[in-house]
Amino acid sequence: MLNKKILISGNEAIAQGALDAGCRFYAGYPITPQNELIAYMAKHMPAVLTSQGPGIFIQSESEISAISMVYGASASGSRAMTSSSSPGISLKQEGISYIAGAELPAVIVNIMRGGPGLGNIAPSQSDYFQATRGGGHGDYRLMVFAPDSVQEAYDLTFLSFDLADKYRNPAMILGDGILGQMMEPILFKGAKLIADRKKPRLLPWALTGCRARKPHIIKSFYLREGDLEKFNLKLQRKYKVIKEKEQRWEELFLNDAKVILVAYGTLARIAKSAVMQLRKSGKKAGLIRPITLWPFPEKAFAKIKTKKAKYLVTEMSYGQMLADVKLAVNGKSPVDFLGRSGGGIPAEKAIISRVNKIYHAKNI
Amino acid sequence: MPKIFSRTESLNDAAMHYCPGCGHGIAHRLVAEAVDELGLREKTIGIAPVGCAVVAYDYWKFDCSEAAHGRALAVATAIKRVHPENLVFTYQGDGDLAAIGTNETIHAANRGENLSVVFINNAVYGMTGGQMAPTTLIGQKTPTTPEGRNKSGQGSPLKISEMLGLLPGVCYVERASLHNPREVLKTKRAIKQAFQNQIDKLGFSIVEILSPCPTYWGLPPREALDWINNVMQKEFPLGRIK
Repeated sequence: MLNKKILISGNEAIAQGALDAGCRFYAGYPITPQNELIAYMAKHMPAVLTSQGPGIFIQSESEISAISMVYGASASGSRAMTSSSSPGISLKQEGISYIAGAELPAVIVNIMRGGPGLGNIAPSQSDYFQATRGGGHGDYRLMVFAPDSVQEAYDLTFLSFDLADKYRNPAMILGDGILGQMMEPILFKGAKLIADRKKPRLLPWALTGCRARKPHIIKSFYLREGDLEKFNLKLQRKYKVIKEKEQRWEELFLNDAKVILVAYGTLARIAKSAVMQLRKSGKKAGLIRPITLWPFPEKAFAKIKTKKAKYLVTEMSYGQMLADVKLAVNGKSPVDFLGRSGGGIPAEKAIISRVNKIYHAKNI
Repeated sequence: MPKIFSRTESLNDAAMHYCPGCGHGIAHRLVAEAVDELGLREKTIGIAPVGCAVVAYDYWKFDCSEAAHGRALAVATAIKRVHPENLVFTYQGDGDLAAIGTNETIHAANRGENLSVVFINNAVYGMTGGQMAPTTLIGQKTPTTPEGRNKSGQGSPLKISEMLGLLPGVCYVERASLHNPREVLKTKRAIKQAFQNQIDKLGFSIVEILSPCPTYWGLPPREALDWINNVMQKEFPLGRIK
């Protein structure tokens, strides 16, 4: 597209990232705080020209229907996406489980708001468990990407389509209301990359009509004894490869950090700023910012040599990623937590003061 | 000797799992024959339901997709939008189409999606043990209506086909039955019409088929056919609705 930076909101950047990645099908249902995304798709999707034909936009009757449409579009060989916010994502869990079970590539966007229940429309990070533990029924995993800027929202959406295709597995973009609404200048991918994604894909499994070949069946049903176990083991082997190859994170000052902050998404920006302030005052603070939440970047933790390092996890929830950090740290170091939820956001000052407290504790 | 009759190409040579006297086997074959008579096997994409016909794709020889319970018409909507030149149909039971999937059904129809629906009405949930369906008759005994369906509290048989007939996006609604050879032939004509409408891009077509379930009606196969003729079709009159 353009060779210069343009000012755009996170929701719009995700939509544009999808369009540039060759997404040809979008179905969604309005819900705050991601309405700019569905509106952007309504406006721009029909103008998309792929080798298969023009882009398709459907405002569905429900979130359940939207994700089922994504299932159908993906089964038909289209790059497909839906987006929503927390309560709507709960409704989509049925379809996400079927998409994972049928090994279909698809991208699901969750611009998180406060819960449980109807909650509120304030930004939140309290759907971490739902996103990283499967969410729907059955033994499956989503690849979960957590951008911390509008640029990264665009880039990770683009990447998520490629990886969803590569592994025939659904991927989720997990942002929050702040990321969705805020505007930042970003650069789009180059024209060649974008043109590449609009070329036909070779999909030896897609539904197209069985001309000169055996019929294709898209399903997740394995009734005969032993078949489902065999299939689930195949999924597990795939997840092992994803875990090995796709961990992504950003790190700061891990060489000598005595207190390592762990935060993702919007809150990681505040945590990063806290780390810089602490460094200015001579405190050896560091940061691990998981970019993939599943697979969780365990490798970032494994490489930390400082035995005395302590961790502070901060989230816009009451401690969900905390569980994964504890698993990654595996009891080798203390892990502290600072979280707020329901619209509350841990402030930079609060983070700094907690790090100072940990820093000055006797046993460091 | 010249071969004058054989299994139609779209039907696999597979033993079906259905109970003796079940209507699904007949309906599957009618669908396959209609597809083949229109010469569309290589362009057809079917959506199998959740319910007794969940493995319909094992019996048909064309591309098929599974759909979550009730979501067949959302899945079909997307498939048809992506492949507008293919023949896309759903095959759904009464629970799938008129209970858990009512929302998907009504809105796909109201959008006027250019799709064909084969709707099997056997007045029970066959797969799970014959429980009350939205189309269960008043007084009909099932595991979840042990005293018989009572209008008060359990409602009346849902006439989803008549309801769909009210929508502008719907071009064709017909109720047919499998209770005798004449009705079977009429059913096939109706399915073929629903497919032809799609080829002609006329919009949403649905064929409701009254289909016997001897196992959960507690009747021998022959009497199950009589029950459709004598009882069920009084509640669900046959013929063109729209």
